Amino acid sequence: MRRHPQDRTLSAPVTVSFDYTRSVGPVLGRFLTGLRDGQFVGARLSDGRVVVPPPEFDPVTHRATADFVDVAETGTVTSWTWVSEPVAGQPFDRPFAFALVTLDGTDAPLLHAVDVASPDEISTGLKVRARWATERTGAITDVVFVPDTGTAAPAAPVAGEGEVTGIVTPVSLDYTYAASPEESAFFRGLAEGRLVAQRCPQCRKVYVPPRPACPVDGVPTVEEIELSDTGTVTTFCIVNVPFLGQKITPPYVSAYILLDGADIALQHLILDIPVEEIRMGLRVKAVWKPREEWGTTIENISHFAPTGDADADYDTYKHHL
Amino acid sequence: MGKTPAAVIGVGQTHHRAKREDVSMAGLCREAMDRALEDAGMTLDEIDAIVVGKAPDLFEGVMMPELYLAEALGAVGKPLLRVHTAGSVGGSTAIVAASLVQSGVHKKVLTVAFEKQSESNAMWALSVPVPFVMPVHAGAGGYFAPHVRSYIRRSGAPGHIGAIVAAKDRTNALKNPYAHLHNEGTTVESVLASQMLWDPIRYDETCPSSDGACALVIAADDIAAVSPNPAWIHGTVMRSEPTTAAERDQVNPQAGRDAAAALWKQAGITSPIDEIDAAEIYVPFSWFEPMWLENLGFAEEGAGWKLTEAGETAMTGRIPVNCSGGVLSSNPIGASGMLRFGEAALQVRGAAGEHQVDGARKALGHAYGGGSQFFAMWVVGADKPAN
Ligand SMILES: [Zn+2]
Repeated sequence: MRRHPQDRTLSAPVTVSFDYTRSVGPVLGRFLTGLRDGQFVGARLSDGRVVVPPPEFDPVTHRATADFVDVAETGTVTSWTWVSEPVAGQPFDRPFAFALVTLDGTDAPLLHAVDVASPDEISTGLKVRARWATERTGAITDVVFVPDTGTAAPAAPVAGEGEVTGIVTPVSLDYTYAASPEESAFFRGLAEGRLVAQRCPQCRKVYVPPRPACPVDGVPTVEEIELSDTGTVTTFCIVNVPFLGQKITPPYVSAYILLDGADIALQHLILDIPVEEIRMGLRVKAVWKPREEWGTTIENISHFAPTGDADADYDTYKHHL
Repeated sequence: MGKTPAAVIGVGQTHHRAKREDVSMAGLCREAMDRALEDAGMTLDEIDAIVVGKAPDLFEGVMMPELYLAEALGAVGKPLLRVHTAGSVGGSTAIVAASLVQSGVHKKVLTVAFEKQSESNAMWALSVPVPFVMPVHAGAGGYFAPHVRSYIRRSGAPGHIGAIVAAKDRTNALKNPYAHLHNEGTTVESVLASQMLWDPIRYDETCPSSDGACALVIAADDIAAVSPNPAWIHGTVMRSEPTTAAERDQVNPQAGRDAAAALWKQAGITSPIDEIDAAEIYVPFSWFEPMWLENLGFAEEGAGWKLTEAGETAMTGRIPVNCSGGVLSSNPIGASGMLRFGEAALQVRGAAGEHQVDGARKALGHAYGGGSQFFAMWVVGADKPAN
């Protein structure tokens, strides 16, 4: 019987986003400074071509680009495509064209957006003109192109001082994270307050969470075993350092806990004990959140806390370090 | 048919800094590349192929930066390869470049590795929460600190060994004009007094976050033979293993032990501590010096710290380790492995300047990455290998 993956695997959304601070270097800095000031800046290359934006290094001599030239704000569409459904971060929130625009006096096209209402209003050979943003920061978004009606829009005043040396590039990626079928069984077990492990049929090692493939033998860990929620701290660190995106307020103890009956340690949090008293070999037990807060996650276990039993002998866990 | 003998004939690196806001990624790479080419007495046009390496793309937020870099790196019309093996990438990138020459495919290969950590935040990039699992991760320091604790327990090392390493490497860095950190007066006491970040790892026992690049020119024997001071490649090895597996040794990983054994065999070395004159070992957290001394076979298991404690890893010791200041003094992640390989080459070329080990003839370059799961290492020598 075939089962659809979604029947047996858990998934959850993940967003990874960061505002990258990009240093642009002296050549692209010159170009971006031009945009901020309402002027296209290109470069004359060693083969005589004029190109905008200027490449950082000459493609023939490999030397840093140094011969900058001011370029016209009018040009010709040499090719284009229609964006009927714009997505976040694009130049417009309405349909528009992306086009290769060869500015007058240059020898290579610039990729940019043309503000027209329908694909009927753009064609190869169309004359276009820059439309500068009122607020300009020294970024490619300081300008778009519009069909050239023959009259220049009044140039906005120069928007800043000094050279542009960097830009901020926000990046945001939305993923759907899918746990493996074996991990999903583990997370579903947690939703019932159970710790489900699996044994490798070849090396007989017990993996928690279970694996689609034993990393040693390359076969799925299939035979299901339920573990108790007690174990031994093999090793740990005390996290004192705060950082961007951190979910737990420092200081906290991140520990490897070898659950009784498992052959691999699980990482979790240790609480209910002064941090200076935490030690290798400490016997601990899971502290579960109230049942009504449970989901299909290891976070159903709030943390591990000492059982009060004598420490485990070093020989019982030293091969798990 | 045997390998074509190959040698490093040019080494270049940037001045590593927390923020190199004066250059783009392309500019950073070219700074290192142009120095390597000048050192080799060669132009970019003479190069047959380019091999580039860097660590995760999330660090700069540019997916596959080699695509946009191709023209700036002078790769138009040439083979351009990108290598990625996490923190060990600088080492494995150099090995891929070397193999293109040793295989006889190319005669002159330029390799460059870089990281521009200031464009984002590596700690964030290495700790992106994964659904359903406990969000206890805390960057590379958080990952390695428990394993350092395990090493201390297993070896019985005194608590100040890590501080000895940090004080030594930071002092060595004062002799390296390219090093990021130039912290005068770093002592064992000052390191021990620094803040505990990921207990048992202190602030001063941790590598900095750097922008930087390193480049090498690797040439076949007929070209290398006319170079004034080639660093001949005597052996190259890479090994990998899973991040996690039942009873996996996280302190003294199998892949590292196997790689070292294969490396010494290839290089014809029977007693590494007696035959290696300088070692550049990837030590991002100070305790990894004694750990890797054991993993590499410079010391018996559990005895690496005794070499450190006795001062044998200092510039004047039996096995000088990280005379350049190492990863503890400069850490442009993707380039850090290539810096180890390049610094080893500088030592046997007699070109390491103030941090030169007198009369160094054979040197080790070493890198590791991921959860101590990727290893890359080479031995370079002043003499052309016999076979
Ligand atoms: Zn198995």
